[in-house]
Amino acid sequence: MLNISKTQNDGVLTIELEGRLDTTSAPDLEAVVKSDLDGVKELIFEVRKLEYISSAGLRTFLSAQKIMNRQGNMTVMHPSEEVQEIFDVTGFSDILNIQ
Amino acid sequence: MKKIELQATLENTTELLSIIEKELEEAGCSMKEQMKISVAVEEIFVNIANYAYGDSVGNAEIDIDVDNDKKSIVILFKDCGTPYNPLEHEDPDTTLSADEREIGGLGILIVKKSMDEVSYQYKDGKNILTISYTWSK
Repeated sequence: MLNISKTQNDGVLTIELEGRLDTTSAPDLEAVVKSDLDGVKELIFEVRKLEYISSAGLRTFLSAQKIMNRQGNMTVMHPSEEVQEIFDVTGFSDILNIQ
Repeated sequence: MKKIELQATLENTTELLSIIEKELEEAGCSMKEQMKISVAVEEIFVNIANYAYGDSVGNAEIDIDVDNDKKSIVILFKDCGTPYNPLEHEDPDTTLSADEREIGGLGILIVKKSMDEVSYQYKDGKNILTISYTWSK
């Protein structure tokens, strides 16, 4: 179960994720990434309440990062220790701007 | 030892994870460690669901062995699909930038990096992937 909340302010889109970003839920986020990034200069993922991430979720972050590399910045905010560990073992800590 | 047999479909991932998480919870495994094990299980099961049987659907057998004293878990994943050793898949280059990174191979990389041991054998017409992990470290 994943809750996705979006807040848009000028060119800044904040996507708050809550729950599990896994094989089942990643397509929902992928759909948002594909449809809502037009004109976005800054993309912020607030993941404080994200409890779980698998490779399907990582792939979604990667495709968002590839889009944002062409049009602005992307930041992943406040991952839990568990989620950070997944970023670390996959090298995503170096690809993503994590704060 | 718990033995489960279920259809290898993406929809069954959640059911499998809830069974394993329940076992781990009863053994006193922390949420953090449960997540690590669950992610590995998801990656392996999803690979079987996506690739083992091509376009058709087959079953996966999963043996779960939790040792309460050693605080360890051993899980065997068996399928009768195309022989395939995922450990031979070349690891993605984790030093590349986002634009250079490919999307494949991440799942098995997570499994290899997060579990203590991962091994593969092909026996009696079955792919058998075994993972083991001790959480009292």
